[in-house]
Amino acid sequence: MKQFLSFVKKEFYHIFRDKRTMFILLGMPIAQIIIFGFALTNEVKNAKIAILDHSKDAVTASLITEIESSRYFEIEESLSSDKEIEAVFHKGIVKLVMVIPAHFGEDLQHFNKAQIQLIADATDPNVANQLTNYASAIVMDYQKRITYERKLPYTINTEMRMLYNPQMKGAYNFVPGVMAMVLLLVCTMMTAITIVREKETGTMEILLVSPVKPIMVVIAKAIPYLLLSTINIFSILILSVFVLEVPINGSITLLLGVSILFILVSLALGLLISAATETQQTAMFISLIALFLPTVMLSGFMFPVENMPTPLRVVSNIIPAKWYYNIVKSVMIKGLGVSAIWKELLVLTGMLLFFLILAIKKFKIRLA
Amino acid sequence: MREVKAITTNKLTKQFGDFTAVDAISFEVNKGEIFGFLGANGAGKTTAMRMLCGLSLPTSGEATVAGLDVYKENEKIKRSIGYMSQKFSLYDDLTVKENMQFYGGIYGKSNAFIKEKTAFILDHLHLQKEANALVKSLPLGWKQKLAFSVAVFHEPEIVFLDEPTGGVDPVTRREFWNMIYTAAANGTTVFVTTHYMDEAEYCDRVSIMVDGRIDALDTPKGLKEKYNASSMDEVFLQLARKATRAAD
Repeated sequence: MKQFLSFVKKEFYHIFRDKRTMFILLGMPIAQIIIFGFALTNEVKNAKIAILDHSKDAVTASLITEIESSRYFEIEESLSSDKEIEAVFHKGIVKLVMVIPAHFGEDLQHFNKAQIQLIADATDPNVANQLTNYASAIVMDYQKRITYERKLPYTINTEMRMLYNPQMKGAYNFVPGVMAMVLLLVCTMMTAITIVREKETGTMEILLVSPVKPIMVVIAKAIPYLLLSTINIFSILILSVFVLEVPINGSITLLLGVSILFILVSLALGLLISAATETQQTAMFISLIALFLPTVMLSGFMFPVENMPTPLRVVSNIIPAKWYYNIVKSVMIKGLGVSAIWKELLVLTGMLLFFLILAIKKFKIRLA
Repeated sequence: MREVKAITTNKLTKQFGDFTAVDAISFEVNKGEIFGFLGANGAGKTTAMRMLCGLSLPTSGEATVAGLDVYKENEKIKRSIGYMSQKFSLYDDLTVKENMQFYGGIYGKSNAFIKEKTAFILDHLHLQKEANALVKSLPLGWKQKLAFSVAVFHEPEIVFLDEPTGGVDPVTRREFWNMIYTAAANGTTVFVTTHYMDEAEYCDRVSIMVDGRIDALDTPKGLKEKYNASSMDEVFLQLARKATRAAD
């Protein structure tokens, strides 16, 4: 026990002495949450649009007021001829132009029918899509109100309810994603690096000649990162609840429990990497390329797994973060219990055992 | 009662594939002896030493360290030996004191023992002022002396030193050897590899490895007489020239 404590103490010294790394490890999740929460968002807010109104009557005036008052759009320019449309897109500020033909109000009243053209800059297809959707929605809304008085024979109204995330906040998606990313990065990369560093500097030989058991080296190395990661989980959760207003709907104990399971999986992976590599650079490279990238791409956090082609969908199953990400979404956002996530739990536990056994087998007790 | 030798080997062999790194070496090291283990680069010294330290499993042959079998009593051997590798073996980002506390700790020594021993070493090396300085701030010579002190911190029966004085100035090397003498005088067996032939003269007995075999083993005086040489340098050159294996 004394041996073990001395070892853990030494590991903490390593971490505390390297202030810059420690700062990064603890600051990274906070920075990520803030960046994702406030800067990187794919929600459209105050998009600049232009309006070409050939009609200029009472109806179009009220429609334009409607658009202007929505939080999605800001009218940048009012155009006066078709020629200006091209020019306004060239400037690049305006992403959508709404063209209202002449006699709009009259047509609507006499023929019960009128048209509006939406022209969007589709260099970014997602933005173009969203803008036209929002604009159509506003027009539909407006139409509903003016037809309210006159009863139409048949109407089907769709009423939407966004379950679990009524405000459609992006944060509900990326908080679980950031948790998976940060834990993986801290645990896997740092554990791998810290063990490989001992190999590189030659201190590993001294440790192997000493009576410490290899398994003890491994556990002692993992403990400080387990602790750091737990701190990270707390800071992410506190920020997401109090700053981003993402609630924790399920049991916090369960959430912490599964997070620790995921941390253990990541630690085991780090261990495996350290057993297979000889230099810190290789360890870092493998952690980043072979783990971090697939985690970001395939866990479902950036791109929905359901939309991927079958081969990628199959590959995504071997990525631990995918399962953890699903668990966090279920527990934190949907407020579900163990019965809903047993499958994911089983997979993660299986992965933990698999990586651990492989790592311990590969971890060389003798150097040659 | 027959005195137990510090180290015995009998036809100890290590093969890596087709390559025989250590070729059936047999020798004995007495207790409290300073045993010089010489050889050109690639002669197999380090491999032989690693087998004795338990870092590498022999392919065949027998060996005992501190009377314990290298195959079966590996864990017990670890408690009886100290090891200082070619590579610098202290933690740069830990202080002098913390390094000693760590090594004392992993050998399971009591706090009282560690405290006393740390004070003794700091005093002995005149490092009291640097006790709380990071190791990386020390000059190389001091680091090497400190590394040796750490290798014998837990008072092992045998200490293995793998080219301990590489890159160190002559004055510090002299001081380093004084430390080795002190350790040997206190009953510690010292097993040392070196490339410096003047250091070979300081040893009680010297073995010279050529191509994985031990070609000569005697006191420095005996070897010089046998090879009709005026210095160990000449002895070594005569033997090493016979080597057919390329240095690594």
